[in-house]
Amino acid sequence: MSNTEVQDDAINVDTEKGNFSYPEDYAYDAGVGLSEDTIRYISDVKKEDQWVREFRQRALEIFHKKDMPTNWATKDLENIHFDKIRYYLSKGQQPSRTWDEVPDDVKETFERLGIPEQERKFLAGVEAQFDSEAAYSHMKEELEKEGVIFVGSSEGLEKYPEIFRPYFGKVIPSTDNKFAALNSATFSGGSFIYVPKGVKLKQPLQAYFRINAENFGQFERTLIIADEDSEITYMEGCTAPKFETATLHSAVVELVALKNAKIQYITVQNWSSNVFNLVTKRGMADEGAEVKWIDCNIGSRLTMKYPGVVLKGRGARGEVLSIALANDGQHQDTGAKMIHLADDTTSNIISKSISIGEGRSTYRGQVHMPKHLKNCKNNTECDALLINTHSRTDTYPAITTRGQNNTVQHEASVSKVSAEQIFYMMQRGLSEGEAMSLAVNGFVHELLKAFPMEYSVELKRLIDMEMEGSVG
Amino acid sequence: MNALEIKNLNVSIEGQSILKDFSLTIPKGEVHALMGPNGTGKSTLAKVMAGHEDYQVESGTVTLDGENILGEEPDVIAHAGLFLAFQYPLEIPGVSIANFIRAARAARLPNGETINAVEYYKELYEKMDALKMDRKFTARSLNDGFSGGEKKRCEILQMSMLDPAYCVMDETDSGLDIDALKTVSEGVNLMRGPERGFLVITHYQRLLDYIVPDVVHVMFDGRIVHSGPAELAHELEAKGYDWVKESFATTA
Ligand SMILES: Nc1ncnc2c1ncn2[C@@H]1O[C@H](COP(=O)(O)OP(=O)(O)OP(=O)(O)O)[C@@H](O)[C@H]1O
Ligand SMILES: [Mg+2]
Repeated sequence: MSNTEVQDDAINVDTEKGNFSYPEDYAYDAGVGLSEDTIRYISDVKKEDQWVREFRQRALEIFHKKDMPTNWATKDLENIHFDKIRYYLSKGQQPSRTWDEVPDDVKETFERLGIPEQERKFLAGVEAQFDSEAAYSHMKEELEKEGVIFVGSSEGLEKYPEIFRPYFGKVIPSTDNKFAALNSATFSGGSFIYVPKGVKLKQPLQAYFRINAENFGQFERTLIIADEDSEITYMEGCTAPKFETATLHSAVVELVALKNAKIQYITVQNWSSNVFNLVTKRGMADEGAEVKWIDCNIGSRLTMKYPGVVLKGRGARGEVLSIALANDGQHQDTGAKMIHLADDTTSNIISKSISIGEGRSTYRGQVHMPKHLKNCKNNTECDALLINTHSRTDTYPAITTRGQNNTVQHEASVSKVSAEQIFYMMQRGLSEGEAMSLAVNGFVHELLKAFPMEYSVELKRLIDMEMEGSVG
Repeated sequence: MNALEIKNLNVSIEGQSILKDFSLTIPKGEVHALMGPNGTGKSTLAKVMAGHEDYQVESGTVTLDGENILGEEPDVIAHAGLFLAFQYPLEIPGVSIANFIRAARAARLPNGETINAVEYYKELYEKMDALKMDRKFTARSLNDGFSGGEKKRCEILQMSMLDPAYCVMDETDSGLDIDALKTVSEGVNLMRGPERGFLVITHYQRLLDYIVPDVVHVMFDGRIVHSGPAELAHELEAKGYDWVKESFATTA
């Protein structure tokens, strides 16, 4: 472990928290490139049932058939070389139940990221994924007794097919988009969660996704089912070291909120600046149910992510609150989708994007409200903040169909942090970084109030770090 | 020397020369007033001293207690002890007054030290009371939607909370109603003392009835053309700037 010590000295853990890696040593490695053999290898390692194998193979065909969405999205997607990526790497595919059993280097990784500490402080359970598989998975005993299931995707499909199979790939079919197909073919890790009727989790469950290996693709798969009248908050975090070559992260997250259930899904995306982060997230809300996405994208080279809610039952509610920060060399292409399919459904989208330097942010929104529905409401607010003249923001707002009995509100704004504002704040003694940080925090201030406390504190810290680092 | 010293300062913007061999010394403990027609370069002087990057300094020096500040970053100059109350304070949406001043104070602390929140708020409220500012203002976004007078009051609140060695006040009186002018002046007078120097830029003698200056300077076309005691302000008020222009024309 002398290697680790050298790295400890060389790296400022506070300001570049995720930028370190450990020597690679994997028991399972699917090699480089994507073929039917790759998929078969993953299935073999996981000893999967025939139906899962077929699901993967079908998805692989769809992936090959679908074009890259470069007709509407950025050409940067062409820089992903699918034949140079490693699709499966793991040290063993059973997660440990205690931190003591986790291999030293993996354990140290998560300790440096502060995960065990957070678990002790405010979490009901944690799953920590290292490359393809969870290295650690643990949930408080009382939740297990109440019947809550919190396992990885393979374990979920193998042990609880009657619970998970009916919804698996239903909210987001493999045909949804090219990257959803890729994930469906190669998925590994992620969380499968079932919350039984009436069970309300007081503390969040958390997953942490860590990429350690270069040229690696991480394809976790998450499915959360909240049964009637239940409540759950789930948080996900992620980091990767800064490699020379690009890394791909392509997840699929499906949420199912049954009658009167509530799901809150929180993401703090802080990938290093060479990760392509192409993620499909969608929730389904039954009668009286609520799905809320809190989505913050601070890292990555390119993020494409449009969390959505299908408002399927009467009185269902959907919400997307998002913050995107695009620094030099980054493109945050984010947004939200609200599909109203029943009367009395409401949706709310608040999106705040910040572009710094050469950074670019794009908002894409879609609100679908068929004419025959009654008493549906959508509110969309979409604000962009530009820091200096090179940065860029684009808004492609809601494509809306609506009848007379429905209301849709859309507000958008673009503002700038001027050199004069920075001068004013610096005159009071703040450094340039602190001044920009204050301006950005001011811009997201109202929205942060709607976030859980631990999360807004973490986010504020990340923004401060990012702004300090952006001063040239 | 314990003074703010400006010597032979030449400054231009976009090729146009604004400050021409400008010199002025303000010893600690004194209040100097600077008056002069619109466009003469008063705000330029204030901003150049504060480190604004838009202006080209061609020659000259500016020192605080003998230490050069010209060419330093604005925050470095602020830490060195210069405070500028802006003629047009900027709005910072989403950042409350309380948090802003707190951040500005924290930026002055040595590494590792933190602000005692209880003491901080106690002091903040005292100073707000003295300036007759409603305590509710602490939660409002800095200058966002403030009236002209509220902005000016807020500048003086920041000035008194940050305890600078040299205060440059650029037309703090404009926008203040008669009562506010009195309150704000009282706030400034409380800060007067042997350890602090003031440069008060104004167009109106009325402010100088409350903040009585030690010296009044008349600025014209980028330099000081006339200096005198507090009474000079009355003379200017009565006669306008024409006589200065005339006398300046003869000396030029
Ligand atoms: N950023 C700038 N770009 C171009 N010209 C400028 C700029 N800033 C100042 N000037 C010019 O410099 C001159 C001096 O302006 P300054 O604001 O210093 O005057 P002032 O004495 O403060 O006037 P007032 O009494 O109206 O506040 C003016 O002619 C002004 O137009
Ligand atoms: Mg001026």
